[in-house]
Amino acid sequence: MSKPSDLVQGTLDMLILKIVALEPMNGWAISQRLKLISSDVLGVSDGSLYPALHKLERRGWITAQWKSSGNNRRAKFYSLTRLGRRQLEKETADWNRISTAISSIVKLKEA
Amino acid sequence: MSFEQWLYTLPLRWRDRFRGRQVDRDLSDELRDHLEQQIQANLEKGMSMEDAQQAALHALGGFTQIEQQCRDARGQNFIENAIQDLRFGFRQLGRSPGFSVLTILCLTLGIGANAAVFSWAEGILFRPYPAVAHQERLLAVAGTARGESGGTPTSWPDFLDLQRNCTLCDTFFVSKITGTTLSIGDHADVATGSIVSANYFDAIGVHPILGRGFEPGEDIGNNSHPVVVISYDLWQKRFKGDAKIVGKMQRLNNVPHTIIGVTPQGFYGTFVGWAMNFWVPASMEETFESGGYKLEDRGARWIEAYVRVKPAVTRAQVQAEITAIATRLEANYPATNRGRSIKLWPLWQTPFNNAATLLPTLQIMMAVVAFVLLIACANVGNLLLVRSFARRHEMTVRMAIGATGRRLLKQLLTEGLILAGFGAAGGLIVAYWSRHALALLLPARNGTMMYLPGEIDWHVLLLSAAICLAATLVLGLVPAFQSRNIDLAGALKSESAGVTAARRKTWMRSGLVVFQVCLSFILLAGAMLLLESLEKIRNTSPGFSTRRVVQTRASLVAAGYDDQRAKTFQDELIDRVRALPGVESAAYARLTPLGYGSYSSTPIAVDGYEAPPEEQPTVEFNEVGPAYFATLGIPLLSGREFTRADDENAALVAIVNRTMKARYWRNQDPIGRRLQVKGKWVRVIGVAADSKYENMREDPKPFFYVPLLQDFVRGPVLNIRTTEPLQNISSALLREVHALDANLALYEMITLQEQVDRSTSPQLVAVTLVSILAGLALLLAAVGLYGVMSYAVAQSMRELGLRMALGANSADLLRLVISRGLRLTAAGVFFGAFAGLGLTRLLGKLLYNVSPSDPRAFGAALAVMTITTVAACLFPGWRAARTDPARVLRD
Repeated sequence: MSKPSDLVQGTLDMLILKIVALEPMNGWAISQRLKLISSDVLGVSDGSLYPALHKLERRGWITAQWKSSGNNRRAKFYSLTRLGRRQLEKETADWNRISTAISSIVKLKEA
Repeated sequence: MSFEQWLYTLPLRWRDRFRGRQVDRDLSDELRDHLEQQIQANLEKGMSMEDAQQAALHALGGFTQIEQQCRDARGQNFIENAIQDLRFGFRQLGRSPGFSVLTILCLTLGIGANAAVFSWAEGILFRPYPAVAHQERLLAVAGTARGESGGTPTSWPDFLDLQRNCTLCDTFFVSKITGTTLSIGDHADVATGSIVSANYFDAIGVHPILGRGFEPGEDIGNNSHPVVVISYDLWQKRFKGDAKIVGKMQRLNNVPHTIIGVTPQGFYGTFVGWAMNFWVPASMEETFESGGYKLEDRGARWIEAYVRVKPAVTRAQVQAEITAIATRLEANYPATNRGRSIKLWPLWQTPFNNAATLLPTLQIMMAVVAFVLLIACANVGNLLLVRSFARRHEMTVRMAIGATGRRLLKQLLTEGLILAGFGAAGGLIVAYWSRHALALLLPARNGTMMYLPGEIDWHVLLLSAAICLAATLVLGLVPAFQSRNIDLAGALKSESAGVTAARRKTWMRSGLVVFQVCLSFILLAGAMLLLESLEKIRNTSPGFSTRRVVQTRASLVAAGYDDQRAKTFQDELIDRVRALPGVESAAYARLTPLGYGSYSSTPIAVDGYEAPPEEQPTVEFNEVGPAYFATLGIPLLSGREFTRADDENAALVAIVNRTMKARYWRNQDPIGRRLQVKGKWVRVIGVAADSKYENMREDPKPFFYVPLLQDFVRGPVLNIRTTEPLQNISSALLREVHALDANLALYEMITLQEQVDRSTSPQLVAVTLVSILAGLALLLAAVGLYGVMSYAVAQSMRELGLRMALGANSADLLRLVISRGLRLTAAGVFFGAFAGLGLTRLLGKLLYNVSPSDPRAFGAALAVMTITTVAACLFPGWRAARTDPARVLRD
C-alpha cells in the first residue's frame, strides 16, 4: 500500500480539487500537474492518486466524463462540481487558518 | 454525507450498483491509459520497452492492487449495506415462517384497526370534503339561543348581514341539505341535494366540468332562478353521461329547472353523512323547503352555513367579530333575535350534520384501537422473546467472529422493519377495505345509503408509518436488549440456557401477558357497558307506542301540489286510510318523534309568566292533525285532542306537554290559558304526557303541539295505528294513494320502532365496533396466554414429571397449569379494573342510565376473561397432565 505518509491527511484531496478546478483533465495529466506544482516535494505516488479521485467522485465533489484524448484514445476527464467548489473554498479557508496559526507558532522566538 | 451530496451522487451509485461490469471495465481502461502514457514518457526518457513498462507499473504500485483500492474508495455504501441486511433479514424470517406470519398478522390487525379508524376520523371529522379548497380554514356557522347548548339553524337575512360585515372572513356560504324525488324516464328515485348561496362553487373552489356554477344574484328573489347543478354521479348514472346535458330541463318538485352544470368527479357536496346529487340556488328555497318563502324572514331559521376565515386568523378572533355583529343584530331586531347569537364550530364538531353524531363514537374508537395495537405489540413482544431465546446461539457466534454490537443492532432493526413494513402494508389494505364499513353499520334512509367514506390521505399514511417505525424499534430493540449482555465465553460453553436468564425471560413474558389481559379486560368492560346502555336505551319507553304504528309520506311537494290541492288530497286520503281493514286510527304530523328533520321553534310568551330579562323563552313544537295522540299512544293528561273542527277558521289552540306546564304555569292547570306562538295568541286546550322528541337520551323538555290545519304543511308524515303487518298496510296505502293520483309516490314505510332503532344507530355502531375490537383483543390475549403457558409447561417438564412421580395425578397437574394461568389473569384483571374504572368514564356521552363503574358490566367482563383463560390453558394443561414421569426424568 502506498500511502502518502508524509502528506498531511486530506491535503491531497484539496490539491486535486484545486487542480481540476483549473480545467477538466484526466488522471495522467493530474499526476503530472501534481508533480510539477509540488516540485516532487509532497511525493504523491500515482498509486494514491486514483483511489483519491474515485473517493472524491463518490462524494460528489468531482465528476467524470469519458472523452477522446487525442490519438484515438478514450480517457476519463475529471471536473469540479458545484459541491466540489464549495468544498474547495472551505478547505482552502481551513488550510489558510491552520497554516497561519502553525507558521506563527513556528516563528516564535525562543526566549 | 449531506443530503445534497447523496442526491448528487445518486446516478453514480446507481451505475456502480447495477452496471458493475461496465464500471470495472472503465476502471481498467482508466488505469491502462495512465500506464500507457507513463510508458510513453519513460520511453521518451530513453528507457527500453521492458524497463519502461516495469517502471510505470512500479510507480503506480501494482495494477490490480490499485484497482482494488479504487473499488474500496468507491466504497461499500449505506444502500448496499442496507440491501444486504434486507436480503439477510428476509432469509432469516423465511427460516421461521410461523413466527413471521404470526407477527405480521398481529401487526396487520393492530395497524389496520388504527389506520381504518383514523381514516374514518379523517374522512368524517377532519377532512370531510375532499374536493373543497382550504378545508383547514373552514368553520361551521350555527345560531345559539341563550340558555341552551347546541346549535340551531340561522336565518337568511342574518346570513346576509354576517356575510356583509365580517372582515376576517374570506367567504361565507350556505349549504342546506334538502331532498326530492327525481323521475327520469319511468324511474323515480330519492335524491339528496343542497340549497346553496350563489357564491357556493366559487367559495369552495369547485369548478363544474360542464357548464357553469351559480352567478351572483341567482340566490335573490322567490323561485326566480330555476337552475340546477348536478353531481358527476347523477350525470353518469341517471343521465348516462349525456355530453349535451347543459341546457336541458329537469323537473324538480314539479318545477322545471334548467341544468346549468355538472360538478367534477369526487365532489360530494358539503354534508357529512350523505352524498349530494344536486345543488339549487337559495332563491328556489320555497320549492324545496316546507314553510313558505323564508329569504326575507329573519325569524325563520333554516339555513346551515360555513365560513372560511382568512389565513392566520384564529377562530377566537373571528368569533369575537361575529359575536359583535350578532349583538348588533340582536339590538336592531329584538323581535326575532332577542337572546340569540351566532357561534362558529370546527368542522369536526359541526352541529348540523353527522359529524356531531359520530364524534363520540369515533373518539372512543381511537382509544380502543390504540389498545388493540398495544395488545398486538405485546403479543409480538412475546413472540420475539421466544425467538431471541432460540437465536441466542446465532447472535453469540456472530459476536464471537467479530460482528460489532452496532452491526447486530442494525441487522435486528432491519428484521423489525421488514415485519413492521409488511404489517403496515397489510394494515393499509385493511383500512382500504373497510373505508366504507361505517356506512354499512348505519341504516339507509328512503333506500339511500349513508355516505361516510374513510379518507386515506397522507395524514393516515404518516400515522401508519409512525406506528410502523415505533413497532420497528420495539421489534428490533427487544431482542437487542436481550443479546446486549451476552456473556460470550459462558454462552458458547454451555449450550443450554442459564436458569436465571430463563427465569427473567419468563418473568418478562408473564408481565406482557398481564399487560394484555389488563387491556383486554378494559375493552371488555367498555363493550359490556355500551351493550348494557344500548339495552337500556332500547328498553326505555319513548313515551309513545312503537310496535303497531307505521309511518310514511306521499311525495306531494315533489309532485308540485299547492296548499289547496294538498289539503283536499290529504283529507280524502286520511278518510280512505281510516276505512282500511285493520286500521285503528291515523293522523298527520309535520314530523314524527325521533325522525330525521328538525322541529319548528318559536319565541313564546305566557300569560302570568315573567321571563327573566335578557331571556326570550323559545320552545319547539310540532304541527299535528286530529287523532294524533290516539294514533301515537301519547297519553293526554287533561283536556282534549285536536279535532277536524280545529281548522283555520276556528280559534287558535295548542296542547302543551307536562314539562312545559310545570315550567311556564308552575303546575297550575293551563287549560283555557293563553300562549303566544309566532306573535299570535293561542288557547291551551290540553296537556300531553312527556315523550322523547329528538333522541332517546334527551331529558324531558318543554314542547307543544298546534293543529296542522291552523299551521298548514304540505306532504306531512302519515301515522297509522294498525293490526295489519307492514307489507299489507303499505300496499293497501299505495293503492289508495294511486286511486287519488296515479303520479304520486310513497316514501319508505317503516314502523315507529324502526324509527326509534335508527335514532339509536350511533350507539349500535359504537357497540358493534367496540365489541368486534374487544373480541379481537381477547383473542390476541388468549394467544399470548396460550403461548406463555405452553412455554412454561415445556420448560418445566422435569418438575411436572417429578410431581407425578411423587404421586400427583393428571387432574392435579391440569389444575396446576390452569391455576397458574388464572393467577396471571387475576393480576391483569386487577390492574385492568383499576384502570378501567378511570377510563370508562370517557364513554360518558355514549352511556345512557349506566354508571361507568357498573358492577354488572365489570362482572360480565370478568366472567368472559376467566372463561377465556381456562380455554387458553386447557391445551397446555392437557399436555402437562400427559407427562410421562419415567421418560421426562430419564431425559
